[in-house]
Amino acid sequence: MIKVEGLTRKYGAFTAVDNISFVCQPGTVTGFLGPNGAGKTTTMRVMVGLTPPTGGRVTIGGHLYQDIPNPGLHVGVLLDASAQHAGRTGREILEIGARTMGLPSSRIDEMLEQVSLTPTEARRRLRNYSLGMKQRLGIAHALLGDPSVLILDEPANGLDPAGIRWMRGLLKGYAERGGTVLLSSHLLNEVELIADEMILIGNGRIVAQGNKASLLAGAAAVSTLVTSLDNERLAKALTAEGVTVASAGDGLRVESEPVTVGRAALEHGVVLTDLRHADGALEDLFLELTSDAQREHLVTGATA
Amino acid sequence: MSTTTYDHALDISGTAHVPFARLVRVELRKMADTRAGRWLLISIAALTALVLGIQLAVILSNDFQVDFRDFMIAMNTPMGVLLPVLGIMSVTSEWTQRTAMVTFSLEPSRSRLILAKFASTMLIAVVAVVIGLALSVAANLLYGALSGNEVLWDIGVVDVVFYFLLHAIGMATGFAFGTLFLNTAAAIVIYFVYSFVLPGLFQLGAQLIDWFADIQPWIDFAAAQNPLIEGNVSGEQWAQLGVSGFIWLVLPLAVGLWRVLRAEVK
Repeated sequence: MIKVEGLTRKYGAFTAVDNISFVCQPGTVTGFLGPNGAGKTTTMRVMVGLTPPTGGRVTIGGHLYQDIPNPGLHVGVLLDASAQHAGRTGREILEIGARTMGLPSSRIDEMLEQVSLTPTEARRRLRNYSLGMKQRLGIAHALLGDPSVLILDEPANGLDPAGIRWMRGLLKGYAERGGTVLLSSHLLNEVELIADEMILIGNGRIVAQGNKASLLAGAAAVSTLVTSLDNERLAKALTAEGVTVASAGDGLRVESEPVTVGRAALEHGVVLTDLRHADGALEDLFLELTSDAQREHLVTGATA
Repeated sequence: MSTTTYDHALDISGTAHVPFARLVRVELRKMADTRAGRWLLISIAALTALVLGIQLAVILSNDFQVDFRDFMIAMNTPMGVLLPVLGIMSVTSEWTQRTAMVTFSLEPSRSRLILAKFASTMLIAVVAVVIGLALSVAANLLYGALSGNEVLWDIGVVDVVFYFLLHAIGMATGFAFGTLFLNTAAAIVIYFVYSFVLPGLFQLGAQLIDWFADIQPWIDFAAAQNPLIEGNVSGEQWAQLGVSGFIWLVLPLAVGLWRVLRAEVK
């Protein structure tokens, strides 16, 4: 479990992280979301003792990171996949990690296989790696010591769609086995599908936190995308109820909850072929919350 | 939030710290596992052999009479130049290549890690002196065989200890400059200014300014190390070595360590 308590980090007059608190529970994936420069990386750096906090503290399973002996065996860390010696081979980078932690070389082969880096790729030097390969290597490095907590900064950055899907499966499975995962991203759609909990941060402050449903419940406007066998009739029925409807592609965009649309369809006997929250509802919320961090706006119902 | 709050403590009772010897072994490995590091190590040995070879050729063609100490002095030059660079790079490559982030997340105790780095550079200094001695022995034997002159072994244990001390000081000074600047290029340039330009300026100053001539032996670290090469250090010379070493080795190292221990690792 990761526990952030009243964490503040200032650089002179600039406050990078402003009195934030949150908890990452075992068995869950926590997404740490915010635009670039919001304070995600600073927070994660404080977690692993690379940056001293100005105030507050972070504990992992009840300990300060620097008090954890051989921390690689307990906490897997990936802060920057490019922060490795460009002249070392991928395998050598893992070798150094494994030796420091006191692990056998066989563990390196296991990890390389898990992140789908071939032996040939592992023999190449890091300077010849694509960002996606560096991320895979970084994830392998974080997993080397079979830790129970993972702290990953922008791990999906540079991964191709298949890679993102792979990582999603990997981290889900990891959390299901009881692991604690914190991963950051500035892209909502990377996190939305994988995170059980989301922490939204803007200008160093937490602007909202909760799971997807509770976050959406607090969003000002909810819209629904619906496609049916008789869009015209459904639109008429909804308009009669005073709901704003617009056509969108093959279907309709309705400014209300999906349940309202479903009920209307049932009453009027319209067969639905697709009914869902409009994509971007969470994104709108995300942008709204993080665009103006001066506003101390905590979404009601979404607070811890 | 939907999740119930339950305390999940991390059980660290069964985990030992990373043993110091293992940290040292890993640091040694890191000095040789990149092209830059490996070639620097190879160049130190190769240049030493080359310098001895040239010296041997000059001696033989001019029919000079030499002894073992002459070869030992020749061996000092390439080692004295390159070992400090190795000392610098053992520290700065972590920062220039940004691996410090990974290194310190695997061993959060920065003082332990820096100590392990220092120990690994000292081990390399020992190995370098041993290789240098072996090459000098080979050169001296070759000299005897090719010139027909008597082969003289005129050094004792004290000389060997002094040679080690000399290169340990060089390595440590490089290490200190590395911690001070945390940047390979800057540390090397400034180290070379310190080791090649400064001694000349000190000499010049001592010749031109009377009062400076009195303090020069106490602040000129390079000059203070010369008695180690001669194999004969007086009490006053030890004192001069100590005082100038405090200025050029201990102070930069203290400031550099303070910096490494406190700095934010980027």
